[in-house]
Amino acid sequence: MRLADQLRTTTFLLTLRYMVLFFVSVTILVGLFNWAALGYVEQEADAAIEAEIKGLQEQYAQRGPSGLVQVINARIEAYPEGDAVYLIVDLSGKKIVGNLDAWPSLQVLEGDRVTFPLEEADGDDVRVRARVFAPQGDVRMLIGRKVRALDQLAKLTDRTLFWGLSITLALALATGLLMSNNVLRRVAQFNATSRRIMGGDLSQRIETTGTRDEFDELAQNLNAMMDQIEGLMTGMQHMSDNVAHDLRTPLTRLRNRLEQLLQKADADDADEVAACIEDADALLSTFASLLSIARIEAGTYAADQESVDMKRTVLDAFDLYTVLAEDKEIELFCDANEDVSVSGDRNLLFQVVTNLLDNAIKYTPSGGRVDISLRTRNGQPELVVADSGPGIPADMREKVLQRFFRLDKSRSAPGAGLGLSLVSAIIQRHGIELTLDDNRPGLIIRMRFPVASAAMPEGHAALAADHT
Amino acid sequence: MRILLIEDDSSVAEFIVRGFREGGHTIDHADNGKDGLFLATTEDYDALIVDRMLPKVDGLSIIRTLRASDDHTPALILSALGQVDDRVKGLQAGGDDYLTKPFAFSELEARLDALARRAQGKGATETVLSVGDLEMDLLAREVRRGGQAIALQPRDFQLLEYLMRHAGQVVTRTMLLENVWDYHFDPQTNVIDVHISRLRAKVDKGFESQLIHTIRGAGYKIDATG
Repeated sequence: MRLADQLRTTTFLLTLRYMVLFFVSVTILVGLFNWAALGYVEQEADAAIEAEIKGLQEQYAQRGPSGLVQVINARIEAYPEGDAVYLIVDLSGKKIVGNLDAWPSLQVLEGDRVTFPLEEADGDDVRVRARVFAPQGDVRMLIGRKVRALDQLAKLTDRTLFWGLSITLALALATGLLMSNNVLRRVAQFNATSRRIMGGDLSQRIETTGTRDEFDELAQNLNAMMDQIEGLMTGMQHMSDNVAHDLRTPLTRLRNRLEQLLQKADADDADEVAACIEDADALLSTFASLLSIARIEAGTYAADQESVDMKRTVLDAFDLYTVLAEDKEIELFCDANEDVSVSGDRNLLFQVVTNLLDNAIKYTPSGGRVDISLRTRNGQPELVVADSGPGIPADMREKVLQRFFRLDKSRSAPGAGLGLSLVSAIIQRHGIELTLDDNRPGLIIRMRFPVASAAMPEGHAALAADHT
Repeated sequence: MRILLIEDDSSVAEFIVRGFREGGHTIDHADNGKDGLFLATTEDYDALIVDRMLPKVDGLSIIRTLRASDDHTPALILSALGQVDDRVKGLQAGGDDYLTKPFAFSELEARLDALARRAQGKGATETVLSVGDLEMDLLAREVRRGGQAIALQPRDFQLLEYLMRHAGQVVTRTMLLENVWDYHFDPQTNVIDVHISRLRAKVDKGFESQLIHTIRGAGYKIDATG
C-alpha cells in the first residue's frame, strides 16, 4: 500500500480535518486563558502599587519629604531583588531617590497608569506597571512594580502551546495513518475479491472479520448479493443447458431423418434434401454460437484458462489462410518470431485470429496485401492484422468498435452473422484491448493482450494438448 | 465391431442402431445409465457410445467408473453440450472423443471407427495407404498416383493422409480442422474447402476418375468407387 494512497483516503482527510479543528479550538482556549491570567496578574500588580502608594502616603504624612526618601531607600536596600520600582525626580529631571537611574520613556495606559520596559541587571527585559504623579508640583514621582510573572506566564503558555500542538499533530497524523491503513486494507480486500468475481469466479466471497463493524455489514450484504447472482447464473446456465438439450435433440432427429432420406432419395430429390440438411446445419451452428457467446460472457470458460502459445496460434492461422489468400491473389505476410504466451483458451483465441484474417482477406481486393504480426511491445503482447483494403473512415471506426463491444447491436444486425459477436465476447473474456487504425490505405487492427498475471494450472494445458 | 450405445433418446438411439446394423456391426442399446453401466462391465465391446445426460447414472460417471476399474474400451461421448469446457470435462473423465449433437451418422461412424482402430493398434502400423490408384508411402512421405509422383506440402500431405485413413467414409470440415490443424471449433468459413480444392487439383487433375468427393450437407470423402 503506497503512502500516497493512504494520504488520499477519506479517513485520513477526516482525521486531518478534525485535527485542524482541534488545533484552532486549543489555540482559542489557551488564548482565552492567557488573556484572563494576564488580567489577573495586572490587577495583582496594580493592587500592590496601590498598597505601596498608600503606605508611602502615610509615611509622608508622618515624617515629611525627608522621611519618605528614607523609607524608600530603606525598602530598596531591604529588597534589592524585589519587584518594587521607585523613582522621585525634581523638575529638572534629576534623581532624588529611587532604584531607577533615569526617568524612563513611558507608555500611558490610562490616566496616571503607565507601563515601560526595564532592563535588569542580568540583561533580561522586564515590564513595569506604574503610577506617576506630582505630589507637590516640584517633584515627579513614579511608583511601580515589575510584572515578572506576566512574562513568565507568556513564555510558559507559548511553550505549552508549541509542545501541546506538536504532540497533537503527531498523534493525529499517526492515528490518521493507522485508521486509514485499516480502512484501506479492508477496501483492498473488497477490491481484490470483486476483481476475482469479475474475472469469472463467481464463488469468491469477501472475508468478514467477525467484529460486526460497518465493513462486515457491507461485506455480508455484498456476499448475499453474490449468492443471489451466483444462483441466478447457475439457474440460467442450467436453463441454457436444458434448452440446448431440449432444442438440439429434436433438431438432431430432424437432421438424422433428413440424412436417412438423402440415402433413399432419387437424384432429383437428393439435392433438395441436401439443401435442407445444410439449412438445418446453419440453424444449429447459429444456435451453437449463441450458446458459446452466452457461456463466454457468463465466464464459465474461466476454469479452462491455460497458457497459450500465441506464436503457434498465429503461425497455424497463417498456415490455414495462406491458400485462401493465394486464391484471391493477395500477398499474406506473417511476422511471428517472438515466443509469446498469453493465458486463455487456445481454441477461442485461434477463432479470433482466424476471424480477423478471414475479414482482412475478404475485404482486401486482388493484388492487395495482408500482414499479420505478433510481438511484445512495452512488455505487452501485441497482435496486429493490417490489410490494404478500403479500410474504415475515421468517423466510422468508433461505430465498428462499438459493434465489437456492444453485442446486442451486432446480434440484431442482419447478415453480420454471429462471428463478430463471438469475437467480441472472446476478446472481452480475455481482457484484450482492441484498436482500429488507418493503414494508409487499409485497416490496421491491434490486439493488446493483458500482461500475463498468475500462472495457470498445469492440468488443463496438458489435457488440451493430447485430446486429438 | 461390437458396440454398446447408451442413449435415452429413443429416436437418436434408433437412428444410430439402424445405421450400425446396416453397416454390418453388432450393437446393443441401453436407455439408461444404470443398465448401460451393467452391460459395459459384464459384456465385452469394441467401442462405447455414451450420451452425457442420462437418467439414473450420467454418462461421465459411467466412463469414470469404467476407467477406475481399468476398463479402457474406447468411448465416444455424445452430447448436446458442445462447448469447449464440456469437451474438456468429457475427456478428463476418460472419454476418447466427443461428438456434439446433431451429427451426421457418417461422422459418428468415422470417429468410432478411428477410435476402435486406434485401440486395436491398427492404422499406426500401416506404412502404405492406398485408394484406387493413389498410393501414400508414410515412411518415405511420398504420394503417387498411377505411378506418377505428386508433390505435396506437409499440410496437404496430412490432409490427404487423414482422408485416406478414412477412405470410403465421410469426414466433416470440423473433423478436418480438429485432426489436421488441432483446433476444436466449427469453422464457419470456406477456408477448409479451399484447402480441399487445392488438394483435389493436385490429386485428381488430369486423371479420368475423381477420388476426392464433396458430400453435400456433410463433408468430404476419398473413394475409388465414387
